[in-house]
Amino acid sequence: MTAYVSDVITLARKDLRLELRARSTVPAMLLFVVSALVVFHFALPAGSSDLAAKGLLWVAIVFTALLGLTRAFVAEREQHLLDGLLLAPCDRSAIWLAKSIATLAFLLVAELVALPAFAIFFSGIDGATIAGVVLADVGICAVGTVLAAMAVAGRARELLLPLLFLPLAIPIVVGGVGAGVADNPGRYLGFLALYDVVFAIISWASFEYVVAE
Amino acid sequence: MIAARKLGRDYGTKRVIRDLDLDVPRGGFLLLTGPNGSGKTTLLRLIAGLLVPTAGELDVATTRDRVGFLGHEPLVYRELTALENLDLYGRLYRIPERRERIGMLLERFGLWDARNQRVDSFSRGMTQRLALCRTMLHGPELLVLDEPFNALDEDGAALLDRELAELRPQATFVVATHDPARLAPLASDRLAFA
Repeated sequence: MTAYVSDVITLARKDLRLELRARSTVPAMLLFVVSALVVFHFALPAGSSDLAAKGLLWVAIVFTALLGLTRAFVAEREQHLLDGLLLAPCDRSAIWLAKSIATLAFLLVAELVALPAFAIFFSGIDGATIAGVVLADVGICAVGTVLAAMAVAGRARELLLPLLFLPLAIPIVVGGVGAGVADNPGRYLGFLALYDVVFAIISWASFEYVVAE
Repeated sequence: MIAARKLGRDYGTKRVIRDLDLDVPRGGFLLLTGPNGSGKTTLLRLIAGLLVPTAGELDVATTRDRVGFLGHEPLVYRELTALENLDLYGRLYRIPERRERIGMLLERFGLWDARNQRVDSFSRGMTQRLALCRTMLHGPELLVLDEPFNALDEDGAALLDRELAELRPQATFVVATHDPARLAPLASDRLAFA
């Protein structure tokens, strides 16, 4: 167990260090999410409801996450580095967990800017919406990372990832929007937590088979 | 150490390796030769555990942490320094006295002065030397090497000659090369792909 945690920390720290050096993913996610919110601000007619605005927030979050996931395995794909990680004696699910943690960190950074920007352009953010966003992020990164690894092996990887990811993100959007607008957000937050647990277990257990050739 | 029976590997409809029988005893040195696309790299990747056979059986009597694999790609991160790359692998392989081992290898392969440089500033020869350091970092008992002399200058090649000769009694080797004469004195078996 200690060795597993140590491997996850080593791999996640490597991904964070790569991003600090290359600065290729987080700036792109920030630019995208802010641009999307600006576009939505002008696209949404004046006097539109908060419900419509919350829906657009989730569109921005899901596509920003998709951008981060598309880049999750860029170094491993371009430099064929997945072989190096697969040869190492660590449990292969540690690669998935570390990559999920790194992607989650990038997404949280983007949201640290996106949520205040949303509050400025549209309406205030309440605690339930923030809790929904955090729970949704966990599910997005757990599922998205395993799908990103799957897409890396394919030829049309830029097409494959959205095709695989967006259908699986529908429950996340349902739960997230519900948590932000319902009178009783607890049900939706519970639904998001259940989604996270179920899909994290599936992703953890299936990663080894996804990366085996 | 390595036993293959009727081993086969397909990529879609293309059969790259067919009905291959192979035995490499512990301490053996198998030299693979043959033209490009004949299946040498596929066999090496099968032995290293990076590919799964599509037919037959392959038994490699060692564990993943005792295999050293050098492929066409150096398997080091370009954005990290030489030291950071080896430290990453050293941690994943749980090498005792990791820093001493890394320092010794960097010295031996002439990279100590460049240890804090990012790999994207390295020449191809330096990157290959770093890849060799990565391959040998954990003291593998099975070395699977694909064109190990690629991109090395004369000094680098001579250095690798010495390293292989030194490791020869301690490890089992499977090496693909287009220069079999160079490795012939070390080889115990040879397999020519057509």
